[in-house]
This record gives sequence, structure tokens and C-alpha cells, in this order.
Amino acid sequence: MNEMTKIAVQTTLKDWETDQEVRWCPGCGDYAILKAVQRTLPEISADPSNTVFVSGIGCSSRFPYYVESYGFHTIHGRAPAFATGIKLANPDLDVWLVTGDGDGMSIGGNHTMHILRRNVNVQILLFNNEIYGLTKGQFSPTSREGTNSPTSPLGSVDRPALPCAFALGSGARFIARAYDVSKNLPAVLKAAHAHKGAAFVEIFQNCIVYNKDRFADFVAKGVADQNQLWLTDGEPMLFGSEKSGGVKGIALDMDTLSLKVVDVAGGDWQAAGVIVHNVKNRAIAHMLVEMPFGPFPMALGVIYDDARPSYEDVLLGQDEQARKGKDANLAKLLGKGQTWTVSGTAADPI
Amino acid sequence: MATLVDGPDALTGGKESPTPEAVVVRFAGDSGDGMQLTGGQFTLSTALAGNDLATFPDFPAEIRAPQGTLFGVSAFQINFGSTEIDTAGDQPDVLVAMNPAALKTNVGALKVGGLIIADTGEFNKRNLEKAKYEINPLEDGSLEKWQLLAFDISALTLEAVKPFGLGNKEALRCKNMWTLGLALWMFDRDRQPLIDWLNAKFAKNPVLAEANIAALNAGHAYGETAELAGPLKQYHIAPVESEPGLYRTVTGAEAISLGLVAGAQLAELPMFFGGYPITPASAILHNLARLKEYGVTTFQAEDEIAAIASAIGASYAGQLGVTSSSGPGIALKGEAMGLAIMTELPLVIVNSQRGGPSTGLPTKTEQSDLYQAVYGRNGDAPMPVIASRSPSDCFEVAIEACRIAVEYMTPVMLLTDGYIANAAEPWKVPDPESFKPFPVTFLEEKNGPNGELLPFARDEKGARPWIKPGTPGLMHRIGGIEKNPGTGNIDYSPASHQIMTDARKAKVEGVANSIPLQEVNHGETSGKLVVVGWGSTYGPIYQAVRRARRKGLDVSHVHVRHIWPMPSNLGDLLKSYDKVLVPEMNTGQFKTVLRDQFLIDAQPLNKTSGQPFTIAEIEAAIVDTLGGHAGGEVDADKTQLPSIKSDNP
Repeated sequence: MNEMTKIAVQTTLKDWETDQEVRWCPGCGDYAILKAVQRTLPEISADPSNTVFVSGIGCSSRFPYYVESYGFHTIHGRAPAFATGIKLANPDLDVWLVTGDGDGMSIGGNHTMHILRRNVNVQILLFNNEIYGLTKGQFSPTSREGTNSPTSPLGSVDRPALPCAFALGSGARFIARAYDVSKNLPAVLKAAHAHKGAAFVEIFQNCIVYNKDRFADFVAKGVADQNQLWLTDGEPMLFGSEKSGGVKGIALDMDTLSLKVVDVAGGDWQAAGVIVHNVKNRAIAHMLVEMPFGPFPMALGVIYDDARPSYEDVLLGQDEQARKGKDANLAKLLGKGQTWTVSGTAADPI
Repeated sequence: MATLVDGPDALTGGKESPTPEAVVVRFAGDSGDGMQLTGGQFTLSTALAGNDLATFPDFPAEIRAPQGTLFGVSAFQINFGSTEIDTAGDQPDVLVAMNPAALKTNVGALKVGGLIIADTGEFNKRNLEKAKYEINPLEDGSLEKWQLLAFDISALTLEAVKPFGLGNKEALRCKNMWTLGLALWMFDRDRQPLIDWLNAKFAKNPVLAEANIAALNAGHAYGETAELAGPLKQYHIAPVESEPGLYRTVTGAEAISLGLVAGAQLAELPMFFGGYPITPASAILHNLARLKEYGVTTFQAEDEIAAIASAIGASYAGQLGVTSSSGPGIALKGEAMGLAIMTELPLVIVNSQRGGPSTGLPTKTEQSDLYQAVYGRNGDAPMPVIASRSPSDCFEVAIEACRIAVEYMTPVMLLTDGYIANAAEPWKVPDPESFKPFPVTFLEEKNGPNGELLPFARDEKGARPWIKPGTPGLMHRIGGIEKNPGTGNIDYSPASHQIMTDARKAKVEGVANSIPLQEVNHGETSGKLVVVGWGSTYGPIYQAVRRARRKGLDVSHVHVRHIWPMPSNLGDLLKSYDKVLVPEMNTGQFKTVLRDQFLIDAQPLNKTSGQPFTIAEIEAAIVDTLGGHAGGEVDADKTQLPSIKSDNP
């Protein structure tokens, strides 16, 4: 059946649009993410018949309805568990999981942790808008301290969770970060798709109704240059430019074993001690996901990428091994153990 | 010895006989004494001797309760005989008590005149204190209404295994084999299968195998030499007359696992089992984890919700999704069940019920999840529910659950309980060829009249097509939001919700067209009284009705497998009796459903002590219900009687 689909499939952005009316608020960041995904899918030769979008509940989780592929809009927070069942039943399916900060970090935090530590081969897109949108603006697990909302009229006192730090702590082997309108989002999505295993992508998303411009500090034109650190494997960690107040870099402070911002004079980043990004360096990845915005720029792009065998490959491989040379004869199975035969009234033990 | 012949469950009369028709033996000891293992091996030897049997393992919730304590007592009861046995027996004829706590907690259940075998080696000051005995009961005459055989099993075991040079602790571990040897002698059993089993079990440590075999033989020899001296006698229980064929013993958990494997094969599907450990349901996950070659994938999820969600995901992807739990876990799965109902995906949910609410009584049995099964979800969420009545019945019921799930594209709940899950009985091994296959067909092409795809179009049964992701060209979206009746696209319009609610209801009700009409399990199709049961009350109801009918009472037994929807003739059948009595191990849940569905005056008989009904309790209730003219032969212990109360306002 899939003979044809194994060959690279040619599609265009249009092929990935459904006939369903998109129901996000006008101006919502989700539109930009949807377009980025629909632009990426043809570029990775994805086959709509073999692609499944799975989601939980929330604004982000309406996503599957708008992608012309197979889609399963499940229940709040549990999409990772559904996706795990799908991948174990049919590992050939290309599964994308769409979740939000409430869905994936609050009610479904448990499942997010387990799909990551198991390393199920899916792409997890967590749209982080730092607010509950669909329930009308309550603070979320990623909302900053002091967020005023209907449930926190005096300002929220909860400390926010860091999705990428959570993911790394859960054992994720791929961590990336981007934002809705970024031109680099398709490249990040491609890298996530290329990674075999659970790929975790946090996408900052602008909720124009309940949390407008929350990320303006680093996404707005004019500040982006100084406040975004785009990471590229093998390249020095540089940001800023001469016209925006100087080129800067991230260096390692050897006394405190922590990161620091250094000025790069005359393009000589080596002299300034700027680190070269190595996506396999887990220790630096920990520092990058914890790097506080303000004193530091926002780390974006592929932060960590070091593949390990996927869960379904290992588990199903183990099952396959267990099946080898074994006969699946049901009659034999039923008659297993200590049996006896009754002929007439006498019983003869076997 | 009068005790062994005086009317255990299956006895036909009260006349003394040197070869009793049935005997009830209870092994009780500390949870570290290996009583479950002793009971299990005695069960096997009983089965091999051709007796019919039923067992009741009763163990504490604690894995290693402090030694010698009252709450640390673990017991195993077996009823076996030369006639049909349906329950684990009301009262034991023989109690093997390995320590004072075991004696204290179990002797009350022993039939008057019954035999106590006690290990005096454990009746020391410390253990007596732990069991809250001020004076040694073996010495103060407090046990005189029973026959007492007390001797130092501990010392005799140590003596028997001396040549093997084991440490004191290890040597004492052989006590259960010594006791088993004595029990095998008492009932004239062959030791060889057990010796073979010990050799296999301790293949890597032959010294332990030899020590255990020596203990077994010593216990057996003790019986032979002590026979003349005391109350110990050898009994021979004739084999039961049963249908010719191959037999084995099976527990409910085993039979469910095998039935699920068979069901998946009959549906021609691989099976995906998502589970999370919980007592008493874990055994099903354990069993299936070892059956990979039968196309089974097992997944130990992070929690109950993930377990059912992964199973639904697997069903969505084209396998037969199965999940299993017990009451608290089933409660957690509720929302996901609603999604399976809403997206109309097949799924089997096994509920091994235990005492509740909340954590309740994890290791004790109850039937109190019937409301949860039938009604326990948000929205109008109809779902078929079926119940197994005995360990061996679980096999067929599991197949039936798979059939309904795939034929009707619906989740199905299979109700069993802690008693059935752990209890064993002989099982005539079925021929897999004798079951009618129900192969699944997946949709491969667009099914609409205008060449469009209609994922929620319905067949004559009301079921929608099953479409696997990966099928070329059939991309579509499903979810928990109300949908258009054909395309399945989001549609909250009033008309859509009305049509879809009706369609989901009609589909599940239509399952009744595919199930057999209700039969009368024992008795007549009309009369003064019908006792209606479901689940594991089958054994005691059946035997109680049998006894009552033998005394000339007009009473019949109807046992319902299909709880929701019910067989289409059930209402009319029940209305043909003057009275309806519903014994349940809950506060009257099925009774309420029967009243609601058929407007009949069903009367409850409830027991919520975490223990199964005894035959006597149900027989007494039959007599009461019929007006008490039964001849007063029922010797029921009032303290054990369940409360008979109506919750009619």
C-alpha cells in the first residue's frame, strides 16, 4: 500500500491547507506558525497520507484541523500518550504533536516528561504564549511573576516554568527554540524533523488578546538584533551588530563556571573567548536554556541535538527479538501448563 | 470424622460418609509463610486428581506486613469435591494455622467440629502477644468445639532438612512444603507433579529443591505414621464426572489475557495493551507482557490516563487497543473513555473491581463499579458493559468484548473483580477453531456518494468506518469536539449534536441485537422468585438456588453477562416471576439499573464486607423472601448475614 508513498512526495503549501475555516483570533501568532509548518512540510517531502498531527486542548491544539493530513484532536494534556500509542502501533507514521504552555506544561506536564525521556520519535511543538487563551486569559505555568489575570487580580505569585529546561531535565535529546513570526522557524522545524527521537521545539507565540506583545523585548524590530542569540552548530555564539551598539558574544566564565556576555572587538571573537556552539554539548545546553533574558539575549535555534535510539525502535525491536523462533499457536497456548485429560469419569494426569 | 462429611457446599445430604463429596480447606499463615504458593500447588494437585474445585486467595494489602501480626495473615481457601463446585466454600472443614495470628483471624470461620492443624513451634510468647492472645489457645481449652491437631511443624521441618545444611531461616522456609506434604497425604494425592515442579523451580539451586522435597516427603510420612494416633485420617475424594477433554486450572486474570489474545486473533488484528500497575489488575499486564509472539505489544504507561490514551492512539492507528485497571484507575480513565466514545474508536477496558471508594480495599473484592461502568462519564456517553461470572468465563467474555468493540467501533468495558482475577478453577481448554472470527475491514477508499470521504457515515449496525492513518488519500481529522454527522468536521450546531447524540445511543443500544437472549441458568422461566445476579456472585447464587429448589422452593436463577445493553428479552423474563431478588457485593447498583430499565420491584441483597457471598447467606435470603417456609435447615451465622434493605423511599 505504501509503495508509492515511500518515494519522495511532491507537495506545495496549498496541498497542506484544509477546507476548514481557521478560527484563531485575527492577528494571532498561531497563523504564522501554521504557515511556517505548511511551508516546511513540502520542503521535507512529507506525505500527507503518512503524516499525523496530534494535539491536546487549547488554542494551539486546534492546529490539526487546519493541516491536510491525518489529525487527532485529543484531550487536555494527554497528546503525548496518544502519540506514543500511535507510534508504537505504526512507527512508520510521521507524527507531529502540537501543544501549548497550559496543555503541555501544566495539565500534561507528566506526559511531556515521559514522551521525552522515552524518546518517542515525534516532533513536539509547544506554543508558549505564557497565558491561557481559550479559557479567557488566566495565568499559565509559564506566566511571569506578577501577571495580572482574572485568577490573579493581585498578580500571580507562581514562579514560571522554563519549558526548554524542563525538557532537557526530562532527558530530551533535541531542544530548539523559535518564535511565531521568525523567518528561521521553518529551518528549526526542519532540524526537528530530521532528528530521530523526540524533538522538542518551544515556539514563543503572541496572544494578541490576552498577552499582547509579551515577547516584544526580543522580537520587536530594532531590539531583535541585540537580544536574539541564534545558535548554529559549529559557529561562535555571537549577537548584535556594529550598528546596534556592538557585536557581542557568549563566553564561559571559568571562575564561576557560568556564561557571560563579552564584547567582540574588530570581529576577533576568539580573542574575546566566545564559545563555538556544539549541539552535542549537554552541559552548555543546560546553561543556554537557563540563561536569564535581560542580562543575556534569548537563545534561539537548535540548542541541543544528540540523537539516541528511539523508544519505538528499541521496544519493538525487543518484541521482535522475543518473537523470533516462537510459534504463535493459540491452541498450544491455551493448553499450556499442568493439564489433565478427562475420558469418561476417570482423570489421567499428563 | 464427622466434620468432613457434614455437608460442605456440594453435599447432597447430612448423612455421614467415609468419602465426602466435597471438602473445604483453608491454609492460613504469615504473609511470609508462602501460603498462596502452598494453596496454588495444592490446587494443582487437586485438579490433577480430577476433582472440581474453586479457590479463594485472601491476602493482605501489605507486601511484607510485620511478622506474626493479625493484619499480616495471608490465607488461601480451596473447595474441592466429586460434584460440581461453584464457590470457594462457606465454611472450612480444615484449617491449617501456621501461627497464632492465623488461628485467631480464621478459626471463627471454621465449621463446628472441623479440624485445626496448628504449628506449636510458632505459638511462643512473642507471637501470642502479637496475636493478642493472653493465654495459649492451644492449651486453654478454648478450641474445644473443634478438633485440634497441634504439633511442632517448625521442629519437624528443621529435622527433615537438616542434612542439607541450610541456615535456620532458610530451613524454616520449607515449612510450607512440609505442611503441603501432610495435606497431600490427607487427601491421598500424588506427590510426583509437585516434586517435578520443585525440581524445575529450583533448577539453579538443587540443594533447595532437595530440601523442599525432603520437607514435603516428611510431612507426607508424618501423616502416615500419625494416622492411628489422633484425629488425622486419610480421605479419598472421588474425581468429578466432567465432560471428556483436556483440562487445566485457570485464574480470571489468566483467562482474560488469553481471551484478549484470542479476540485480537479473531479480529485479525495486532493487540496493543497500555496499562499501569494496580492491584488486582496488574496480573493481566504481567501475563500479556510474555505473549509478544501472539502479536501483542505491551506498554507500561506513566499513569492510568496515559495507559488508556496510548491504547486509543493504537486503536486509531489500526491495532486493537486494550487497557486495564481497577476502580481508582478506571475513574482516571473516564475522560479518555469519553473521547473513544466521541471519536468512535474500538477499545477494550478491563476493570478488575475492588472495594471502594477511593483506595478502598485494594486486595478485597466488590462489585461496586457498575454505576461507574454504565454511567460514569460526562455527557451522554453510552458504552457497552459486559461482566464475567467466573475465572473460566473470563475467556469467552474477553472475546465478546473484542467482538463488540470492533464490530460497533466503540469502547467496551469488561467487568471482573478481585475474586475472579485471583481465584482458580478447572477449565476445559477450548478449541480456538470453535469461535466465529470477526475480521476487521479498514476503509481503503472514499466512501461518500459523490466520491468524498465520510469518516462518520454509518453501516447497518450504526458503526462508522475504521480508517488507519497511512492509508493513501483518506486524510481526515477527528477529535473530541462535536462533529458533523458525515464528514466529522467540527460542527456544534444544534441539529448535529442532536443527530450525533442519538446515533451514539442507538448504536450502543443496537448491540443488543447481536447478543444471545437471556436464558434461565437454573429453574423455570416463570414462578414465585427469581434470583438475578451478575459477575462473580454466580457460584453462590447457583448453589443456593439449587439447594432451595431441592427443598421444594419455587426459585430460579438468572445470571446476566450483558449489563449494557441488556438482552432484549430480559425485562419480560423478569416480569414473569412474582419476586426479583438481586444479590450484589455493593449497595444495590444492578438492582437500580433493573428497576430503571424495566420498572420492576427488584429487591436488593447486599454484602459489602470485601468478601464473596456464602451460599448460606443467599439461601437464607431466598427463604426469607419466599416467606420463611423452608423447613429451617439453613444454619446461617447471623453475624455473617448481609443486610437486606430496600432503598426505595
